[in-house]
Amino acid sequence: MKPSINTTLPITHCCPACGLLCDDLVLNSTSPVIIKNACVKSVSFFEKAFAESTCKPSVAGKPTDLNSAIQAAANILNKASYPLFAGLGTEVQGMRSIMRLAEKTSATLDHMHSEGTVRNTLAMQNSGWQTTTLTEIKNRADVILAIGTDIVSSYPRFFEKLVLNTDTLFTRPKPEVIYLGLAEEAVKLPEIMNTLNALMNAKNPLNKKPDNDIIGGVTIASLKLILEKLKAAKYGVVVWSASALKFPQAELTVQSITQLISKLNESNRVAGLPLNSGDGDSSVNNTSTWLSGYPTRNRFVNGHPEYDAYHFSTKRQLVSSDALLWVSTFNAYLPPDSEAPTIVIGHPDMQFEKQPDVFIPVGIPGVDHVGTMFRMDSSVAMPLKKLRETELPSLSDVICQIEAKLS
Amino acid sequence: MITLLKNGRIYDPTSGKDGVVQDIYIKNGRIIAKPSASEKITQTYDLTGKVVMAGAIDMHSHIGGGKVNIARMMLPEYQETKKYTEPEAHICTPSCSHNATPSATDTGFRYIEMGYTAAFEPALMPVNARQTHLEMADTPMIDKGGYAMLGNDDYFLRMLTAKKDQKAINDYVAWILNATQSIGIKVVNPGGINAFKFNQRRLDLDENNSHYQVTPREILKSLSTAVHQLGIAKPLHVHCNNLGAAGNFQTTLDTMSASDGVPMHLTHIQFHSYGTEGDKKFSSAAAQISEALNKNKHITADVGQILFGQTVTASGDNMMQQLNAKHANPKKSVIMDIECDAGCGVVPFRYKDQNYVNALQWAIGLEIFLSVEDPWRIFLTTDHPNGAPFTSYPHLIRLLMDKTFRNEAFAKLNLDAQAMSNLTSLDREYSLYDIAIMTRAGAANLIGLNDRGHLGVGAGADITIYTDQADREAMFAKPDYVFKDGELVVKDGKVVKVVWGATHTAKPAFDIAVEKDLKDYFDKYHTMQLDSFKINDDEISNDGRGSIIVHENKKVSH
Repeated sequence: MKPSINTTLPITHCCPACGLLCDDLVLNSTSPVIIKNACVKSVSFFEKAFAESTCKPSVAGKPTDLNSAIQAAANILNKASYPLFAGLGTEVQGMRSIMRLAEKTSATLDHMHSEGTVRNTLAMQNSGWQTTTLTEIKNRADVILAIGTDIVSSYPRFFEKLVLNTDTLFTRPKPEVIYLGLAEEAVKLPEIMNTLNALMNAKNPLNKKPDNDIIGGVTIASLKLILEKLKAAKYGVVVWSASALKFPQAELTVQSITQLISKLNESNRVAGLPLNSGDGDSSVNNTSTWLSGYPTRNRFVNGHPEYDAYHFSTKRQLVSSDALLWVSTFNAYLPPDSEAPTIVIGHPDMQFEKQPDVFIPVGIPGVDHVGTMFRMDSSVAMPLKKLRETELPSLSDVICQIEAKLS
Repeated sequence: MITLLKNGRIYDPTSGKDGVVQDIYIKNGRIIAKPSASEKITQTYDLTGKVVMAGAIDMHSHIGGGKVNIARMMLPEYQETKKYTEPEAHICTPSCSHNATPSATDTGFRYIEMGYTAAFEPALMPVNARQTHLEMADTPMIDKGGYAMLGNDDYFLRMLTAKKDQKAINDYVAWILNATQSIGIKVVNPGGINAFKFNQRRLDLDENNSHYQVTPREILKSLSTAVHQLGIAKPLHVHCNNLGAAGNFQTTLDTMSASDGVPMHLTHIQFHSYGTEGDKKFSSAAAQISEALNKNKHITADVGQILFGQTVTASGDNMMQQLNAKHANPKKSVIMDIECDAGCGVVPFRYKDQNYVNALQWAIGLEIFLSVEDPWRIFLTTDHPNGAPFTSYPHLIRLLMDKTFRNEAFAKLNLDAQAMSNLTSLDREYSLYDIAIMTRAGAANLIGLNDRGHLGVGAGADITIYTDQADREAMFAKPDYVFKDGELVVKDGKVVKVVWGATHTAKPAFDIAVEKDLKDYFDKYHTMQLDSFKINDDEISNDGRGSIIVHENKKVSH
């Protein structure tokens, strides 16, 4: 079946391909799909979404009708005592339904990108932080320190929209952008961040080191210069990518970043911007938090929510769970290998090497049905529009029907 | 289907009924006059000896939105404190959650179990309105609504600087109410949240925001006038400048005159009633504040009582929360600048009865409750969760109704604080009628909920029924029955039916031309489109469980 394109196109649209949730895209019904404000991520997202794809559910690799697939999924969950709901590539409405199903089946919940999210959450739960949001950056930021990220690979339009913009509420110079710890240099960030914090204290002996001494691959002079620029900023912004900090106890490095921001704020205004990883991670985390009191990684035991950012990871739970429900609606990401019976609900373009026990293709939020998503700064939730008519059910439709078949 | 509530003792201040024994008839979710003999009574509840009030309305409680969810996220340890039992905790019932950061589900359940049938989120940030409504939509059992925060947004401050006329301001305020699906307008630390972004650390009532060159007084004048001229029932909701600072009572007194007699509501006034007397340079100014409240009939206030134990403060006032963060317990805080719209500051607190300042804060709140003469102009709040979780209301009610109980509690406080308070000289005890005013009739009247907060014919049948007990805390913690829109939803303090409640809004008319300049502003300076900012009715009502109630504006008076 080829979904029919909505005839009201061209349409101004919100793009869920990255955490910026740009809502100024203009889409057309013919190729090229995006005719205005495109970026490499949005083009890829909409082209995949509009590609012809199989929309048939399957059980054990054999095509079947939706009802049979839903029954098969319910059968697996009925038998399971410790199901794991992972992936969770969805938006608010989808997550609401997943939370209800998790409560009824005593499931554990973890998002596919939670490695990075958890580093931030742990740092925030340990000491808190001082942060800002996109519109503040667009109008105020005069110095941007990017830690462990070039930003643009994850958010293609970040600079176009927030740094190179000429319209600003307040006169500011073109923001200066400083990068620290890119790519393989990221492993040196613990040392670099600790040094920056130490240099904030005038009495610290590090201040007496020769300027050309090198710590973490950077000269003392450069580190001092970074601090000087941040101290002189009218509104400095420190951006970091927790997902780039791929080393043990990386939450301590996040904390080191937030500690520096906090210290700088004693005299001038500097704020942080933690980046997210996409696939609805911010939406899922927020929804889980207001519904259960906890962010993900959490679980329900007989209706009561529990939280453990360490033990409830997908990796650990795959060892003990007796069913896996994998959800990925924005991208055709495949589930991890599991011994347990596996249900996959997601993007119609999924191509499996190993067929899951149940596969139910569902609509893509912001393409096949409306939805609500949190932007990467978590302060703004955006409405997603529907672009086309399709036979694909939404994730929440499918989850509700599975819920109805639970014994 | 007619339900008869028979022989109850009615406390209904709207109709002046103070313990009158009377029957109430309910049909289709509403209170009706006595039906004709031919109409069949389907159900009868014998309420002989029971106390009957309208469902309670919390006119100021942080139940949803960004800062509340940040508090939950930052404090997972609070979920473990649900069975909080240490002596200084304000215990109501063993089943009661003492969690300062309840989930949306818990929020609805705990409210209805206490006989509250509505709660209003007082700090709905316009740019964050969608999240607030999502959380409120997931809050079962009760009605809800929000007050949209203005006065620190760059759009409004630009208008003031540009000396736009009052009509233009009114159109913007009306547009915001419509776009954010709110029922009132709030201002938090007028101009201060914005000034903090320019590195100002305090802002007094007559001090200029350094960039815009406007003062908090001008902001208050402009917004209170707009709310008044638009005919919005709910007066401008004001969180004054200098929250929590010793000596701030003068700012609060001066703020009362900022609107030139136009109605204003000063919220959590306890946090704004501090003097600088005594060795510790921190004293009660409850007497001055109460005297001014008694005199200024255009001003209403809620108290924001603190009670001892662990909680968290969640405020739009990031300027003052940045200063308060050094008192955080546990030691962590989230401070945010948000979208050229406002900000937020989330700081956990643990109020201790042996701490001089905390003990005096407790006494100051009660001094205000007992010194303000007109119960129609003072409201019972803890500024949940800032002073204490809302689950401590039954305890607070007992403190107000039972002088012996209150004085016994006072005697356990930090001795220096006792020496600085006149609380034991205040003999007043609130009556059931007074409580019904503060928590029902007065609150509904303030917000403009004409069919709530009373038991007259035509009212929505939100009704709470208590057993009259000498221990008022036990009485108010666990009603016998709660009816929501005519349905029995709580029996013996336990939920027996889940309902979802409605969202109350006010949608004054405005000149659509206001969107021309707004669209230009959004396109140039924002990171979202104007259309994405607006919350459609469908977003609240299309899931089949939410619904929107639009309240008529009062008569416009210029």
